[in-house]
Amino acid sequence: MLDDFLTRAALAGLGLVLATGALGSFVVWRRMAYFGDSTAHAAILGVALSFVFSLPIYLGTLAVAVAMALIVAQLTARGQSMDTVLGVLAHSALALGLVGVSFVPSLRVGLEAFLFGDILAVTRADLAWIWAGATAVLGLLIWRWQRLVTASVNEELAMAAGIDPARERLILSLALAVVVAIAIRIVGALLISAMLIVPAAAARGFSATPEQMAGSATLIGAISVLGGLWASLWLDTPAGPSIVAISAAIYAVTLVVCRK
Amino acid sequence: MTPLICAADLSVSHGGDLPVLSHVDFLIRPGEIVTVVGPNGSGKSTLVRALLGHVSLSSGRVERVPGLRIGYVPQRVHIERAMPMTVRRFLSLPRRVGDAQAAAALERTGVPGLEGRQITALSGGQFQRVLLARALLGDPQLLVLDEPTQGLDQPGIVAFYKLIEEVRAETRAAVLMVSHDLLVVMRASDRVVCLNGHICCEGTPQAVSAAPAYRALFGSEAQGTLALYQHHHDHDHDHVAEGHRHGPACAHPH
Repeated sequence: MLDDFLTRAALAGLGLVLATGALGSFVVWRRMAYFGDSTAHAAILGVALSFVFSLPIYLGTLAVAVAMALIVAQLTARGQSMDTVLGVLAHSALALGLVGVSFVPSLRVGLEAFLFGDILAVTRADLAWIWAGATAVLGLLIWRWQRLVTASVNEELAMAAGIDPARERLILSLALAVVVAIAIRIVGALLISAMLIVPAAAARGFSATPEQMAGSATLIGAISVLGGLWASLWLDTPAGPSIVAISAAIYAVTLVVCRK
Repeated sequence: MTPLICAADLSVSHGGDLPVLSHVDFLIRPGEIVTVVGPNGSGKSTLVRALLGHVSLSSGRVERVPGLRIGYVPQRVHIERAMPMTVRRFLSLPRRVGDAQAAAALERTGVPGLEGRQITALSGGQFQRVLLARALLGDPQLLVLDEPTQGLDQPGIVAFYKLIEEVRAETRAAVLMVSHDLLVVMRASDRVVCLNGHICCEGTPQAVSAAPAYRALFGSEAQGTLALYQHHHDHDHDHVAEGHRHGPACAHPH
């Protein structure tokens, strides 16, 4: 079954969605959209480093994304504005990554695959990375769910209950780093944020609780993956962007149907 | 009785040159209602957060009774509209509670049956009562309310403080409040602490409202409070002298 490239693509997408539904909801609740974007841009540096040191792509991007999360936490704790720190780090890392890529002739042609993803080319090894990463993120979120939600509702309330908001924020940043690393092969650095935000935003319209929103976002993500692959197959469109386009269409429908 | 929280020589600075709080001594005993009043920027919220252990101290120490259960209603709780949240779900954060318990808490705070409503769809008064209900769910020994009546109209404020008194009577929980609703709050308090970076004066509401330091701080509004007190307490000034104690520095650079 795994011999079929389409099956592998579907499994890869569904694996990713397992993590992005819940994590994307936190990104929306906590206005971390720019954070997600920045981490994803920085991941290009990870791709370049992986090629230079002949590491698996996932390790390189994960290392850069985690480093980015830690540096951001460190700098914002020192009173720097989050917006500025992200802007500086994301674009510096992206620039460094593009400079690094120029030293790797084989990558110069293939860079597009990491900007926009190439879900139809995922291998069995990719699948193992994606599912391991996604289940780890989902497990982490479920384990700390009550604390994460409380800290996202109000940091003062969380602190009064003995929860350290800074720690929960760091946990979400690290989860985001993992998701960026596993998503880069699937939707690419430029569209990772879309996979996080668009299904969650669509789910917001008809959800009454945080759990409903996370669940619906996962479902919408899954529909988008399957729909996008189907569209890509029949209309011969690029797979990653098609998945995001289906998500966006669902969001548009919920805007009309669930007027609030 | 052992105080629930006892702070000695508390100083806090936020990195600037001037400390927000300097050398504050504070304690609250089981079952009493203590109100902290003071002008904007006088360090009221910082005092509360220091007592709760949310900010680091530059000097002094805070001792809390081991295992102290605190129900906290912070200032200006803002719930992001992007987060769907029913009242029922909110009551289960971070500790999950049963439906019956949640219903009872809402009933007690005067907002029964709101479980299914979205938090963001509540009025200011309803939301404050839901916050109070959530704070009560942990069966607190101490309720901490930071400006709990912000954004409420006058009848709403009066009703809210009446509710606080009822809750105290039922649960025997101590209450620590920060407020600027001088007139109303003072009546409900056992003890008032007037804060302006340091403790200006403290004592019974009557004593504080008569204190020169308090009147210097609040001006004409203080006159009103005093008048109210004289009216409501049958000109009983006998306790004033013993109830009122001046802080170490009552001279103010105003």
